[in-house]
Amino acid sequence: MTLLSVFVLPFLAADPGAAAVQVRSAESLDTGLDLFILSLMLTLLAAVTVAIVRNRNMFGVVILFGVYSFLMASVMMTLDAVDVAMTEAAVGAGISTVLFLATLHLTGSMEYPQPRNVLLPLFVSIGVGGALVYGTFYLPAFGIADAPMHVHTAPRFIEMSKDHQMPPNMVTAVLADFRAFDTLGETAVIFTGGLAVLMLLGGRRKKLQGEPDEPAPNDAVNITASGVNGESLSGKVQGRTEA
Amino acid sequence: MRNDLILRVGTKLILPFILLFALYVQMHGDYGPGGGFQAGVIGAGSIILYALIFGTEKAKDVVPQRVVEKMIPLGVLLYAGTGVVSMLQGNNYLNYTGFHPDFLHAHEWGILIVELGVLITVAGTMMALFYAFAERGR
Repeated sequence: MTLLSVFVLPFLAADPGAAAVQVRSAESLDTGLDLFILSLMLTLLAAVTVAIVRNRNMFGVVILFGVYSFLMASVMMTLDAVDVAMTEAAVGAGISTVLFLATLHLTGSMEYPQPRNVLLPLFVSIGVGGALVYGTFYLPAFGIADAPMHVHTAPRFIEMSKDHQMPPNMVTAVLADFRAFDTLGETAVIFTGGLAVLMLLGGRRKKLQGEPDEPAPNDAVNITASGVNGESLSGKVQGRTEA
Repeated sequence: MRNDLILRVGTKLILPFILLFALYVQMHGDYGPGGGFQAGVIGAGSIILYALIFGTEKAKDVVPQRVVEKMIPLGVLLYAGTGVVSMLQGNNYLNYTGFHPDFLHAHEWGILIVELGVLITVAGTMMALFYAFAERGR
């Protein structure tokens, strides 16, 4: 029953168009079911994170990353951020899972941690984590209506969308019109990022000396496919490096 | 996976709908959730699914690598060029008011063109990354 409500309710709530314009007040979030679903999913998120940290099999970690993204997308749906949920589901659970699996094909799927001193990493993570938590003390309370970001320009954006001076999906209006310059920057970031990865990975790889002319028959597609079917990934990769 | 009948037939059945959904998300971004970024990722995802099931070579027949590599800068150029056009019309950079006499229509046109630029860059980048990984893996 709980699972059903987690997956069905966001879709019921997401009446396209209306959901984009709808502004949720702090009180409606506090009404039982929403809060319950939200805390349930945040708890699951924490559990998945612990599992990711503890898991030594990278294949399992990649799948858990996908689970994490889907949970995150559901959280975003509960918060009525439908656009973000859509992006999270498509990028986090879709594309990056495939790219991670392709990476696993290049690196092998088992992690062999070296025994090392844990004191310094522990100190750094506790220090940074503490600083971040300390920083949240100065943030406005969650969902509060008179936070600075809600009173400066947001009312004008909402008014213009409401009066049909702008497209009804406020998110699109803000992203591609009011703050089009920011989005141009984001597009340039994707452009630059893609370019950088292509320069690192792409192009025709120069043939090393002594390497056979015929490339090994198994490519990323084969490996990820067999990995999905539950066969051992590491075995294949190790076999290839030995050959 | 290439010899799995269910996956092959299922992919063939579902692919047109994924592409159609990508177009819907792109064109309907003004009214419902979505926009160029989401549409680009969904569209690229459909090509990647095709590549996973039918092989990278078949996918490169559909969207060749040189097209993909030209898509990445093309989208940014389209986006930035829209701003230049609006400047030539005497408005601020990326102020779409001059595109149509009606204010709302002008801005919808601007948003549509700009989102198309985002779609082209995002889809191109995602496909290029996948091709690069697949190329590297062999």
